[in-house]
Amino acid sequence: MKARALAVEAATQLGLLLFMLFLVFPLIWMLATSFKPTAEIYSNAVSLIPDSASLVHYRTVLQEQKILSSMVNSLLVGVFSTAIAVLIALPGSYALARYSTRWNNVVLGWILGSQIFPVILVLIPLYILLRMLFLTDSLLGLTLVYVVWDLPFVLWMLHGYVKTIPVEIEEAAAIDGASRTQIMFQVVAPLLLPAIGASVLFAFISAWNEFFFAMVLMKSPDLMTLQVELARFTGMEGQARTGPLAAASVLATVPSVILFGFLQKWFSSGLVAGAVKN
Amino acid sequence: MNRSANRVRTGGQLKLLLPALIPVLLLSLIPLVRGVYLGFTDYRLGDPIHFNGLDNYARMFKDVYFWQSFEVGFLWTIVVTAGQVCLGLCLALLLHRKVRFTSIYGTLMLVPWAMPPIIRGIVWRQVYDPDTGILNGILFQMGLIHQNINWLSSFEFVIPAVIVAGTWGEIPKAAVFFLAGLQAIPIDLYEAARIDGAGKWKEFTRITLPMLTPVMAAVVSLSFMWNFNTFGIVWVLTQGGPGGLTRLPMLAAYEEAFRYGYVGYAAAIGNVMVLIITLVLFSYLRVQLKESRS
Repeated sequence: MKARALAVEAATQLGLLLFMLFLVFPLIWMLATSFKPTAEIYSNAVSLIPDSASLVHYRTVLQEQKILSSMVNSLLVGVFSTAIAVLIALPGSYALARYSTRWNNVVLGWILGSQIFPVILVLIPLYILLRMLFLTDSLLGLTLVYVVWDLPFVLWMLHGYVKTIPVEIEEAAAIDGASRTQIMFQVVAPLLLPAIGASVLFAFISAWNEFFFAMVLMKSPDLMTLQVELARFTGMEGQARTGPLAAASVLATVPSVILFGFLQKWFSSGLVAGAVKN
Repeated sequence: MNRSANRVRTGGQLKLLLPALIPVLLLSLIPLVRGVYLGFTDYRLGDPIHFNGLDNYARMFKDVYFWQSFEVGFLWTIVVTAGQVCLGLCLALLLHRKVRFTSIYGTLMLVPWAMPPIIRGIVWRQVYDPDTGILNGILFQMGLIHQNINWLSSFEFVIPAVIVAGTWGEIPKAAVFFLAGLQAIPIDLYEAARIDGAGKWKEFTRITLPMLTPVMAAVVSLSFMWNFNTFGIVWVLTQGGPGGLTRLPMLAAYEEAFRYGYVGYAAAIGNVMVLIITLVLFSYLRVQLKESRS
């Protein structure tokens, strides 16, 4: 019996290792490429460990004004859009979880519907509207777009979490004479902190990773976001620059991967299942 | 509850929802309605807008590029969705066994998901690179090829190459959902089955799969929508080439609008995409729900 359990464990480990190899390998290889001097990239394609590791590509990338400023732009847009989205979603998600009126169906319908409609349908009129308001090619305009882009998900996540908080806690506070606003901010919000944290991470990552809106809405070279800047890198000019491109990609990936690491606990808490069931 | 009290409740809820509803209305709903309308016009950027009924759709019907792009769009969506569901479920089942290092694996598997779609494209471009790519490097060393293959500009290989890269990026999402679904299945169900002498396979088909139905429906529906609307990774990998072979519907719509200026036509393509997604999801969910009821 014991031998059998051991065999099952070994087979499971093998399966998992194969999966991990497939899923993580491209990132490892990009890391390896980013440390190889240009000559080695061409002469020694298969090796994962560079013969002579060097930081030359990172230096190249970090000396490029365009890439640095695009990182700052992505950071600004990400931080502000996340803050606004989570702040306006908080009362909204509370309202969705605690009241049950026809507005619930409207909002939940929109959350689902917003996934069905291809971005292109929203993008064209949005582009025309923002151009009228002089908000195309502006970081403010892009921030507003990302707020709305993040909202369905943040609302969904927070409302699922509010539902798991027992109403009795709020009723007890009401009996003690707390007002609705007080209850929301002093009783519910502190309990929501883990979910707020998760929403913040998610919203920031999705803004940091977004490409399509930024590509269409931004025109000035000094207002580009990191993703757009890197996508331009892959054209003709990028062919000869495999090393710097790998280094820049690593730099662009690191924040998302670290933030995702923090999110992992949330994934394993079974909350996703709760959200699916509702 | 009487009517006026109900109205008070609706009002209270609306007040809390308002800060979120106003930006959504202005920047999402109104543009969306207008976008759908533009699909019935001959609008070109800068020109006045004329309603032209179904002209765009008549043109689409005869447009070879449209048919080509929807064909590859379907192939892409179906294969990537099927791949991510099967592989994601396998991965979730393995992780659910709770062997050693499961938590490390659980973190590692999120890597593709965490990567920005553009970087996913860049990484795979480098893997497929004819001169410096590791794929050619390995095949060459193993003696399987004697000449470097240009994966992304070969008519033969480009579609499989793009599909592998796309599936790779979508597996983690599916696995996270399935894992959460597996954790929610009560253990006593399995204990009861074991007492009845059910084997592993029977446990899987009689308990695990049926209990996963809601999660399965959610994963398949969402993945289908997301995959049909893909843009970034394919844009970076091929820009729709070679010869429009990987021009997914979103790439086609983008090019019509922003390269050639046929905004009305691009919106019409968007409308057809919505119609198709809605029809497919509707029939899928109907079958799925009917099955779970019986």
